[in-house]
Amino acid sequence: MTTLKLNLQSILPLEAEAINPDRFLEKTDTQIAHLPVVFGKDPGELGDFFTVVNDESPDIRIEGDAANVKNIGAGMTRGRIRIEGNAGMHLGAGMRGGEIEVMGDAGDWAGAELAGGLMRIHGNAGIGLGAGYRGSRRGMTRGRIIVDGNAGDEVGNLMRRGLIAIGGDSGELTGSFMIAGTVIVFGQLGPRPGPGMKRGTLVTFHAVELLPTYRYDCRYQPGFLRLALQSLRSQGVSIRDEYFTGSYQRYSGDFAALGKGEILVYDQH
Amino acid sequence: MTLYINNVEIEDTYAEAFKMWGARVIITAKNRKWAYEAATRMTGFATSVIGCKCEAGIEGEVEDTPDGRPGVSVLLFTPSKDDMPKRLMERIGQTIMTCPTTACFNGLTAPDKLSIGGQLRYFGDGYQISKMIDGRRFWRIPVMEGEFLIEDKFGMQRSVGGGNFLILGENPDVTLDACERAVEAMKQVRGAILPFPGGIVRSGSKTRSQYKFMIASTNDAYCPTLRGVVDTALPEGVNCVLEIVIDGLDVNAVEEVTRVGILAACIPGIRRISAGNYGGSLGQFKIDLCRVLGEEATA
Repeated sequence: MTTLKLNLQSILPLEAEAINPDRFLEKTDTQIAHLPVVFGKDPGELGDFFTVVNDESPDIRIEGDAANVKNIGAGMTRGRIRIEGNAGMHLGAGMRGGEIEVMGDAGDWAGAELAGGLMRIHGNAGIGLGAGYRGSRRGMTRGRIIVDGNAGDEVGNLMRRGLIAIGGDSGELTGSFMIAGTVIVFGQLGPRPGPGMKRGTLVTFHAVELLPTYRYDCRYQPGFLRLALQSLRSQGVSIRDEYFTGSYQRYSGDFAALGKGEILVYDQH
Repeated sequence: MTLYINNVEIEDTYAEAFKMWGARVIITAKNRKWAYEAATRMTGFATSVIGCKCEAGIEGEVEDTPDGRPGVSVLLFTPSKDDMPKRLMERIGQTIMTCPTTACFNGLTAPDKLSIGGQLRYFGDGYQISKMIDGRRFWRIPVMEGEFLIEDKFGMQRSVGGGNFLILGENPDVTLDACERAVEAMKQVRGAILPFPGGIVRSGSKTRSQYKFMIASTNDAYCPTLRGVVDTALPEGVNCVLEIVIDGLDVNAVEEVTRVGILAACIPGIRRISAGNYGGSLGQFKIDLCRVLGEEATA
């Protein structure tokens, strides 16, 4: 595993798309240290901000508070990145494979337009988790994002496929304009969930006020949810047993759009 | 050299088995009762490809099912690759989808994949929903009870059908008892099923007939009532013959099931264990009884 020790203490962001297992492949310490980054408005090299200890493995470990380091793992297709502290904006944006684990918090747009792989954030995530960028037609298209803490607004905006699980609360407009896929929020689902949702599934375990363009269907036990929860549990997500066997209220919507989406609300009675 | 197990003669012969195609379907339900209900219906009227187009049986219970509910595994075999999707569609559509609380999953990792859920989804009339979980696609088909969940693709692999052995006993009671003991032991082996009622066949067949419109007819050489009429294969003292037919996902499974079955069937009152074959001219596999039993049999 290649270790990057962060030596940066500045409020300026460091744009470090170079921190990517694909780009570390078959490179020496020196070659990795010469990979390009942008600090504020100035170009620089990775070695200017990190001490690189390379054992010729493409897997990466980042030590230090990287809350101002943007684009870590963006577009990666393989390997593993473990961030011991926080991570900055656009973490793993557009990644297509591999795994990112953040022990602290992640900034805004983590996993934006993610197309494969696994992102695990043990702390909180900012806005636009797994979302599509402004002007894009698609958010996340494959893969999985698991956040142990809370997430900001517009989780899964324009999401096309994949699974997002949030251990804590989500912000406003969760699942806005979703095309398909699944978002499971174990804490409180934020206000106005699923506006403009075409297809896809939002799952919540607490009462939530829905938009008037959602219609009540029934109370039932969705079989697929058992599979999804089982899969999350196998990845270490703590899930209460009653969520597997309990019933859910199903609401269809958003009828302001195609109306083939659904919000499943765990029925505590 | 003649071999014996518990003084039962093991005839120096072989079962002639055939290439087939096999699939494994995992059925889960609210409880064991409904999982077995669906599995029993799915494997009904699937004893022989001659009359049923496929052969199927319950392989056993599944501990670790995809949705964590009680589950039963079913194996289904067809003579050709093209038959498999038709038979799976018919049987899953009519017996599992219709059965309350069930869900249906692929249980076989194989390079050949068949779109079964992907076809049955059309029953949803446009309201079906697809979900990808851990790289596997599932279909949620709305039904009056709620939803029927089925996996998109099912694996299919080259398999072996028509493994068999014959139990030749002194009377019907002891022969049936030996068969029941054999079937009980054989059920413990995974990867194979016994497609006939209770795992046992009483009307074994030969591949010819004096009637032109028949492709198979009674195996007269083993019919006790015809001992004095035809060129019989029955030794003295034998008054009943029952057969156990085996289909397996591979030849090893068929051989292992044959081995444990014969060992369990060798009880007092059984005179001989034999096997059905066509002189080796039809089947691709020869399951030699003495070789399969190895050192378990004595000279």
